Amino acid sequence: MNIHEEKEFSENYDIAIWKNLFQYLKPYKNNFKILAMFMIILAGIDVAIPIFTKYAIDVFVGKGTTQGFPLFVALYMLAISMLSGTVYLFIKEAGKIEAGITYTLRGKGFRRLQELSFSYFDKQAVGWLMARMTSDCDRIGGIIAWGLVDFLWGSTMMVGIATVMFVINAKLALITLSVVPALVVISLLFQRKILRVSRKVRKINSKITGAFNEGITGAKTTKTLVREEENLSEFKELTEEMRGKSVRSAVISSVFMPIVISIGSVGMALALNFGGSMVVVEAIEFGTLVLFLNYAVMFYEPVREMARIFSELQVAQASAERLLSMIDTPSDINDGDEVVKKYGDSVHAKKENWEPIHGDIEFKDVTFYYKSDEMILENFNLNIKAGQTIALVGETGSGKSTIVNLACRFYEPVSGQVLIDGVDYRERSQLWLHSNIGYVLQTPHLFSGTIKDNIIYGNLEASELDVIRAAKLVNAHDFIMKFEKGYDTEVGEGGAKLSTGEKQLISFARAIIANPKLFILDEATSSVDTETELLVQEAITKVLSGRTSFIIAHRLSTIRSADRILVIEKGKIIEDGDHKTLMKQKGHYYNLYTNQFIDEKEMEVINKK
Amino acid sequence: MKRLKVILDYMKGNVVKYISANIATIVAVLASLMVPLVIRSTIDSVIGLSPLEGGNFVNQLFIKLGGKETLLDKLWIPGLLVVGLTVSRGYFLYLKGRWASEASETIAKRLRNRLYGHLQELSYDYHVSAETGDLIQRCTSDVDRIRTFLGSQMVEIGSSLSMVIFTSIIMISLNVKLGLIALAIVPVIFIYSYYFFNKIQKTFKVVEEAEGAMSTTIQENLTGVRVVRAFGRQSYEIDKFDEKNLAMKESVLKLLRLFAQYWSTSDILCLSQSMLVLCIGTVWTVKGYITLGTLVAFTSYIGMLLWPVRQLGRILTDMSKAFVAIDRTQEILSVSSEMETSGDNFDKIQGEIEFNNVTFGYDKERDILKNLSFKIHPGETIAILGPTGAGKSTLVHLMARLYDVEQGEIKIDGKNIKVFDKKHLREHVGLILQEPFLYAKTIKNNIKIAKVDADDTNIEDAAKTAVIHDKILEFHEGYETLVGERGVSLSGGQKQRMAIARRVITEAPILIFDDSLSAVDTETDAAIRRRLNNKSKDLTTIIISHRVSTLSEADRIMVLEDGHITQLGNHETLVKNEGLYKRIWTIQSAYNEAEIV
Repeated sequence: MNIHEEKEFSENYDIAIWKNLFQYLKPYKNNFKILAMFMIILAGIDVAIPIFTKYAIDVFVGKGTTQGFPLFVALYMLAISMLSGTVYLFIKEAGKIEAGITYTLRGKGFRRLQELSFSYFDKQAVGWLMARMTSDCDRIGGIIAWGLVDFLWGSTMMVGIATVMFVINAKLALITLSVVPALVVISLLFQRKILRVSRKVRKINSKITGAFNEGITGAKTTKTLVREEENLSEFKELTEEMRGKSVRSAVISSVFMPIVISIGSVGMALALNFGGSMVVVEAIEFGTLVLFLNYAVMFYEPVREMARIFSELQVAQASAERLLSMIDTPSDINDGDEVVKKYGDSVHAKKENWEPIHGDIEFKDVTFYYKSDEMILENFNLNIKAGQTIALVGETGSGKSTIVNLACRFYEPVSGQVLIDGVDYRERSQLWLHSNIGYVLQTPHLFSGTIKDNIIYGNLEASELDVIRAAKLVNAHDFIMKFEKGYDTEVGEGGAKLSTGEKQLISFARAIIANPKLFILDEATSSVDTETELLVQEAITKVLSGRTSFIIAHRLSTIRSADRILVIEKGKIIEDGDHKTLMKQKGHYYNLYTNQFIDEKEMEVINKK
Repeated sequence: MKRLKVILDYMKGNVVKYISANIATIVAVLASLMVPLVIRSTIDSVIGLSPLEGGNFVNQLFIKLGGKETLLDKLWIPGLLVVGLTVSRGYFLYLKGRWASEASETIAKRLRNRLYGHLQELSYDYHVSAETGDLIQRCTSDVDRIRTFLGSQMVEIGSSLSMVIFTSIIMISLNVKLGLIALAIVPVIFIYSYYFFNKIQKTFKVVEEAEGAMSTTIQENLTGVRVVRAFGRQSYEIDKFDEKNLAMKESVLKLLRLFAQYWSTSDILCLSQSMLVLCIGTVWTVKGYITLGTLVAFTSYIGMLLWPVRQLGRILTDMSKAFVAIDRTQEILSVSSEMETSGDNFDKIQGEIEFNNVTFGYDKERDILKNLSFKIHPGETIAILGPTGAGKSTLVHLMARLYDVEQGEIKIDGKNIKVFDKKHLREHVGLILQEPFLYAKTIKNNIKIAKVDADDTNIEDAAKTAVIHDKILEFHEGYETLVGERGVSLSGGQKQRMAIARRVITEAPILIFDDSLSAVDTETDAAIRRRLNNKSKDLTTIIISHRVSTLSEADRIMVLEDGHITQLGNHETLVKNEGLYKRIWTIQSAYNEAEIV
């Protein structure tokens, strides 16, 4: 199982989902009305055109005259141009609805993603979210707009044809349409089958995508373990199942349509039989018979489209369910009404009311967990003075990242408080705190754009001079100037055109340009070349001075120079003090340090040229 | 032409079904074309006054059925004929649907299997530089496109063409002049739609680019969510996204405007054609040039003719898309499989490894390994030490024949490794990669992945050897815990231990640790090695490491620097000689406790 597999939530139509979705369609209410009007006009013209044939047969052929023929031609041409015009307009209108719904849903989704807390992103893979934002949005917009087109056109046409038939000759109409009940029953029967099997096909299809993903990303390991044949035979089971289900799905559809047209032909035969006799006894005109024969064919045309709409609606429902489950996820972390009133929200800030940050941080009886039986922090206490550098040391899963995320209010305590400058940070806005944080990740993340764009990201009001100053401060200026375009160099998607070390330096510049009071450094373990390594080390020292900082540290040099080192194990601080104190205790830190010291020295000797 | 060959290659074994599907389509088309003829004869000669004569076989049939008098009383007979024709049309449509889908789904299945199997057998090198996303795209969307093309569009081409041809023939045989008039606009519509669908490709590209730009923005926002939040840049991100989202919307609207133009224009063309036929036909009927039944038949046929003509334009452009998809999958399949160079020797491998003057580089300009010669005895433990980029990983990758040497030779048990079957070789040369990949299965299935018939005792044994057993039991579901994206996430060290467990279980005579204990702490490292030693005395072990404790306990230590072996010997010898090993060894003593603190 992996992210490429799509889960489909519900089995049947679910009104609640559509009701929920409906609110996002409201802005397009008028477009829907206009579209409905066009579709009705269009179906009306479609119904009218065979009447021209009837007229031609009855009036001109029947009476053997061409009197009034020019008017007939003119009217026919008028009908054609109206039809063509309506086609143009309805496609444009449906396009507006499709593009509009997709646009609205995406916008809503994106805004929600900007509000959701980190705990959501910890649980949802990026690939899953991407699929919601791209294909699901597209699908909902497309199916609603064009499904509506087909549905309105089809149903108006069927109703229109039936009406005209009844007006012209109720008896013959009744005879011709007597097969409709059979059609309805058959359609409903097949509809259920088609829906069920097409859902199965989609499910296997996403499994196959998942299998390809695993097969490709795991190919190297597969080679060393000689798993090729087992993998392929597992895969073959999937593709065989896919083949079986797909053929079944195609066969069901292939049975359905012939039955529909056969039923239609019975209607036609009835019209021919009874209509023919009526012509003979001159109860109806020749043209009427021809008209009924034409209508008998036309009446069943929309059935195919209607059948398709229903299975697509189910696809749209599954998409909507997944997308809306994302949009309707409440954020774990919200600013209270009072707070928003005073300080603004994360989009519209009221910076004039923001208090300056000094930098004291206190954890007071903080408890944090995702699931209550898997405690991450329990009654955790920690007091940090402004300007201190805190190094967090501990194994993966010990809780050190959680502490940092809590301090930044990326998570909030389940119970207890985090105080900044003595005030519970929930009494301030999130943006207030976040605007004062400088953050450098282990794997630096850059955005597409130029180097300058990326540095300015840290402070949108910064001038060009500020950018250069920040870059110089973190030793990034020199390598930037080596590029032909200097600060205007494109970094590529995710910064792909730069080396890891260069990306790190730029992310330092980005963090420092806002002159933050708090600084978070998730130190990289990845080895960069010695020269860059030295530059990075220097940058770290400069950046940390005078700021309250948390470091998830891996390098001894960084750890050693911290004001306080916290050794974390299973959510508890087991050692706390500066380097000298902890070394004297000869506890965990001592062991860790001595082991790693030798390790680092060895690496140094080995890699020294 | 080349593509046609590829398509034929794909269709192998299903050609008969394909041809049958196409024949079924043609039969269905013919049946549907008969219906207007029946109606025509009924109107003209049964209800109307024209005599039932002429070469028309429907008329012949009507005469045989008893002629006008009988039929006029039994109008249900022509009716039944209509139903019969439609039912048989339906039956053949069903056959077409069934056969076409069976053929195309089988082809798709085989193509998927081939791609999957082939990808697994592409060289190690290929996968080092492969772009996963692009490959998945080719294996899924492109295969799907090919499948749709083969399953429906190719048959549609058959049915559209036969529809056009047969309708033309019937119309011309009914009345040459009116037939020609009815066909007048056909080429125009065909050329117009072909031209349009070609032209629209450009706009499609604009939409694709807008979509790409928007996806990138979302993707970067999501992967960089921490950066966005830490800098409080939500509103900036929303503005950036809105711009891309709007551009996407505009481009879609532009595309749909073009479609609106196309459909409305082609509607005018088609309906004008119908009108022309109706008007001229009416006048001619009035003047007695043609019968009423012919007029009615013509109005039916013209409707049948126009739709497939419009479809043809679309199908042709879809065809060009399918060709691109075929090319893209062929690109994967045409890369040669590494199994082509596999040997066929399946002799049992003991574990003696010998390098004779081996020189190797990934590209011609730079050699990574330079003229290496050495021999490792069965049961020996060799530790390899060297700076980053010295060629350590390359060396061990060569032993498992993940790459081939061209200069010099590598022998196992005295035989050049090229004579061995590659898979057989790798089963015995147990390489453990530094960054292992775990399959999206349970822990248990991951451990037994290379030994499918392993029982629970084997599995627990292997887990204990890799010192991961206790950790596994800590999980709620123990060995049944799912790993991977939807399961628990393991730390780097735990993953490495899983990789060791799944390798150990195969009892390969040679075990190679490609720095695959790097994320494991020193004590666990030692424990794993101790357990391995206790397990088997005959095991040949090669360990890449920089840990002195690991290195010093090996039988021999190989120091690799810049592609050369600079030192090779046991601990006692090496500490006495100047060199990298001694320098490292002295660190232990050089930095005494006081200095570290």
